[in-house]
Amino acid sequence: MKEVKCECGHINPVGTALCEACGRVVGEEAESSKLLDMRYEASPRRSQNYNRTSVDKIWSFFSSVKVGIWLIVLTLIASALGTIFPQEMYIPPNMPAVDYYEDEYGTLGKLYYQLGFHNLYSSWWYLLLIASIGISLVICSLDRVIPLYKALKNQRTAPREGFLKRQRLFGITETSGQIDLESIKKNLKNKRYSIKEENGSILAEKNRFSRWGPYVNHIGLIIFLFGGLLRFVPGMYVDEVVWVREEETIEVPGTSGQFYVKNEKFIRQLYDQEKDDQVYNEALKKNPAVIKNFQTDAVLYEKKGNTLPGEQPELKQVESHSIQVNKPMKYKDFAFYQTDYKLDEMHKMKFKLIDKKTEESFGKLTVDLYDPKKKYELGSGYSVELLNYFPDFEFGENSEPITKSRIPNNPAFVFNMKTPDKPKGETSFVAIQQTIEPQENNKYKLAFDGIETQNVSGLTIRKDMTLWYLAIGGTIFMIGVIQGAYWNHRRIWVQKKNGQVWIAAHTNKNWFGIKREISSILSGTTLNEPADQLDDKS
Amino acid sequence: MAKKQRLAMRTIILLILAAALVYALYANLTKANQDKVEKNSEAPNFVLTDIDGTKHKLSDYKGQGVVLNFWGTWCKPCEKEMPYMNSQYKEFKDKGVQILAVNVGESNYSVEQFVDKYALDFPVLIDRKSEVQNAYKVDPLPVTFLINKEGKVIDQMTGSLTEAEIRSFMNRIKP
Repeated sequence: MKEVKCECGHINPVGTALCEACGRVVGEEAESSKLLDMRYEASPRRSQNYNRTSVDKIWSFFSSVKVGIWLIVLTLIASALGTIFPQEMYIPPNMPAVDYYEDEYGTLGKLYYQLGFHNLYSSWWYLLLIASIGISLVICSLDRVIPLYKALKNQRTAPREGFLKRQRLFGITETSGQIDLESIKKNLKNKRYSIKEENGSILAEKNRFSRWGPYVNHIGLIIFLFGGLLRFVPGMYVDEVVWVREEETIEVPGTSGQFYVKNEKFIRQLYDQEKDDQVYNEALKKNPAVIKNFQTDAVLYEKKGNTLPGEQPELKQVESHSIQVNKPMKYKDFAFYQTDYKLDEMHKMKFKLIDKKTEESFGKLTVDLYDPKKKYELGSGYSVELLNYFPDFEFGENSEPITKSRIPNNPAFVFNMKTPDKPKGETSFVAIQQTIEPQENNKYKLAFDGIETQNVSGLTIRKDMTLWYLAIGGTIFMIGVIQGAYWNHRRIWVQKKNGQVWIAAHTNKNWFGIKREISSILSGTTLNEPADQLDDKS
Repeated sequence: MAKKQRLAMRTIILLILAAALVYALYANLTKANQDKVEKNSEAPNFVLTDIDGTKHKLSDYKGQGVVLNFWGTWCKPCEKEMPYMNSQYKEFKDKGVQILAVNVGESNYSVEQFVDKYALDFPVLIDRKSEVQNAYKVDPLPVTFLINKEGKVIDQMTGSLTEAEIRSFMNRIKP
């Protein structure tokens, strides 16, 4: 590539269309064309100049808008692919991902899994795409805004003929006598143009700041992306779920054991036909069970001192709040949201020991399903031994009783009932709505005598220190959009030359607008409106 | 001169962007590991009471290797490895390797039944408030941590262990 030498002797960088020193139109392409490419004020983009070192090559790769658009298109396609099947975090946790996708979606699902699309949004290549968009934004912007700024700052008040001729709006008026430019200047000022003069040549310009709109917008986007990046920094972002039973105090995950939360009570309210507003009656007739409120009365504690995990912590109450949907409990940077619940989880089970025939009762016992005892004394020689306990009972492979989990969803017991007349005791297997007796001729029976339940509340713990970056980035983004979209950068050149008046005009958009403006500025003068040189293509 | 400056500027800008990119990738790839205790890091200290009422503080075992196992009575793979651990325990306890089996917070009754059934000799602790599980980021069961005599976690293994694996683990942390 060659530099461009101007008649004036100045050597311009490759791609220059207007000499940097004297403002002559230079370069074969520009000289032979009818209109100047004014997009970056006919100045060359930096990246086109030097392409020697690898740094320059990387630079010019990312400075290409074409590359930028491809990056965006590829990211869009990839993002869309990630929504075809659910991501791994949304599949049921009781099944390995490798089986789930094939079972549920067949061969395509298997392929989806093998290609790693089940974790697409955190894959290295997706991240690389997003980061490349960020890099492209920075470099594209720098590569354009700097030459544009310099060109506009150093623009000539009285550009040369070649420049004027090659503007899209251009016209010459032959005049015989004196032409008074004062009234034109006054009209321009009324239209809020700022005016510069040099030897009778006028440059009227307005709304140059509109040209910075896209770059302001990009700054906002970069701050936004940076905010997204900050999520990975420890301490900036927490998103956890904790299940708390009523009356239970539990360590809050994601806070390194600093906070404890207690569920004092969980409430689920339905709309009531009698108590609530008449307005709801009709709807409630169709569907009587409509949720009115989910609420956890929660207390937040902060741990004092340095107790180890497992030690009794010293807790100080710092906050108490009735958490409702969209009304979180907030403390410092943490917010606790109501997200889930489980009603009536079994907590305690009551039995009474009775004679099967006479139904006479010999005493009652209450089994705490989270802390059952080995033996329950009923007095006067009656007692019940717990031989085995299955909190979440089912029959195993060899049809022996087993427990599926530690949660008492379906408790079952093996009891040994000792009575004065059966001192060795009678064994009985007791589960919900069934009793199995190995000997089948028991005299006594443990009859079900009620149940105590408790509710469990699911809370989401959120901390997001990146929100400010997103808000500020988003605001700057919008300011940039507005700046670039609602104003036009307009310039009008008026020059007197040997009894002629030359008028040329340029705008970065809305040519119709500038034409109307010029016609109003020139009204009342004898000057011709400049013609649109794009119109007279024959 | 201007060209040199421009090259320097470009290099600096590209380096800053590359650093941000590398950090983003690194942070994202290690995010999965944030859900795990880091290898060769200090094992989080804790105090738990075993079913006989004795308190066990992890830091008191410095100078010995510790196999820290998290388990539940309903968990089949946990159940399978327990007898193996018990037999290896008998062999290694005099060679300075301790086993601490932490139940994930079931009732005393269930844990005692289980311990009696398999006649376990090593201390069985109950983590009632899940604090130790949180500190070790335990999920799912069973998880076994190897802690060397300096109190550092040198390895962790999720899933049921064979007797040979337990044996080789114990040899690795034998002081």
